[in-house]
Amino acid sequence: MSAIRFSQVSKRYPNGHDALRTVDFELDSGEMAFLTGHSGAGKSTLLKLLTLVERPSRGEVWVGDQNLATMDRRRIPGYRQSLGVVYQNHRLLSDRTVFQNIALPLQIAGYSDDDIGRRVRAALDRVGLLSAESANPLALSGGEQQRIGIARAIVHKPRLLIADEPTGNLDPRLSLDIMQLFEQFNRIGTTVLIATHDVALIKRMKHRVLILDKGRMRHV
Amino acid sequence: MSNAQKSPSRKQPNRGASGHRITRADRLKRWMARHRYEARDALTRLLQMPASALMTLSMLAVALAVPGFLLTLLINFEQLTPTTELKPQLAVYLKPATDAKRVDQISREMLLRDDLLSVELISPDTGAADFRERSELGGLLELFETNPLPAVILLVPRDEDPASLQTMQQSLFAIEEVDTVELDIEWLVRLAAILNSFERISVILSLLLALTVLLVVANTIRTMIGNRLEEIEVSLLMGATSRWVRRPFLYAGLWYGLFGALLSIVLIYLALILVESPLREMTELYLGAFELQGLGFQGVVSVLALGSVLGWGGAYLAVSRQLTQFEPQ
Repeated sequence: MSAIRFSQVSKRYPNGHDALRTVDFELDSGEMAFLTGHSGAGKSTLLKLLTLVERPSRGEVWVGDQNLATMDRRRIPGYRQSLGVVYQNHRLLSDRTVFQNIALPLQIAGYSDDDIGRRVRAALDRVGLLSAESANPLALSGGEQQRIGIARAIVHKPRLLIADEPTGNLDPRLSLDIMQLFEQFNRIGTTVLIATHDVALIKRMKHRVLILDKGRMRHV
Repeated sequence: MSNAQKSPSRKQPNRGASGHRITRADRLKRWMARHRYEARDALTRLLQMPASALMTLSMLAVALAVPGFLLTLLINFEQLTPTTELKPQLAVYLKPATDAKRVDQISREMLLRDDLLSVELISPDTGAADFRERSELGGLLELFETNPLPAVILLVPRDEDPASLQTMQQSLFAIEEVDTVELDIEWLVRLAAILNSFERISVILSLLLALTVLLVVANTIRTMIGNRLEEIEVSLLMGATSRWVRRPFLYAGLWYGLFGALLSIVLIYLALILVESPLREMTELYLGAFELQGLGFQGVVSVLALGSVLGWGGAYLAVSRQLTQFEPQ
């Protein structure tokens, strides 16, 4: 079964802008792919449809066996809990420690405190920042902050990991580090979709590339 | 073959159900732990900004104290009205020239009437004695050679409605020796009317001030939400339910309401202490002994509950308004 399937998906915003025009694509379970295109090509919109921040104007968006286009409002929280999302500006909360930031998705999903402690440390270990547990995110470097953002996205072992420009603010060497981290998760079975405009980086990694151009999908 | 495949899959739900029961108990435990955490966290945050919190709390205290104070006064007044002394009375003043025998005769005739509950004769001598005893001006009587006070007959009629009382007043005037008849009811009617409008004004004022509490809390929580917008958005993206997002703010509202109510109770008691002595003087003039009642246990609990509910409600309004903006389009 495919992990993600877009079928004839269009998104028109209330201001008349067509962000996506009849987009069709599938991502197999366990696959890793890049989503690229110029800014304004519709990358963000596509990710917003996947995280149910927006709904499609037409067509169907399937994640696993769930159709997001018609999903009931009350089921959105449960669906989002099953996702792992990494943001360009990492969106860490500066009024709490690294540990508390990573614990947030687990608290929301209702894990017990013991469980949370174990899983948060395991996630920190995976991104190589076990020692940063009680630091404030603002005290960390850009690359470290992004790693914490990734730890928070994978702490509950999601089957689908989505990243929006995860290396946008990082230098090439750090970017490669981060991408290799994503590859690691992909190797243990996580489906990974990364939106990025870093073409040089994409070329170095041997993965499928989905290209959006003015709202239309060009397959490579 | 298909049967063999079906039977284990049928067992699956059973195992799942027994597993689910444990999860539910577990979930309840975590849910309660979460609530304890949020309640404590909201309290800590409130105590961390004493200046602005105190400002809000004072506003809430005043808004809650006024209806609480009026309620207490109302309870006090209502406890006064049903006393026996508040039966309407007719005072029949006889002409000073009437001799004692005739006075006696008139009062006896009245005793026979069955439309009167009681008849009390105050002879000029008794009246003078009373006057000397009760009034500081008692010495004035010594200036007169003879007792200037008329005989008075106090009547308590059986029928209390104003119309029949007035008829009776007219019929008493018809007796030749009667000088004047005072119907001792107008102040009662007036008191009832005053109490009635006081009650109505209190209710309207209370509703307006309850609305004030709601809005003050809603506004405070709105500012609080503004400071934690990033946290709300991130939580929602991670799958937090509306309830999860609301919870810390509902607790904040609850604390504001509860502490505001506590402060208001202090204010109410201070106000009661201030009005106690003038109120006692006034009521003793008309109604005899009077003991000012405080809010009482029930009143205290009511004010605290009202404050908490309004605080919670105000927070709910503020968060719900904010949450709609995060719905997917």
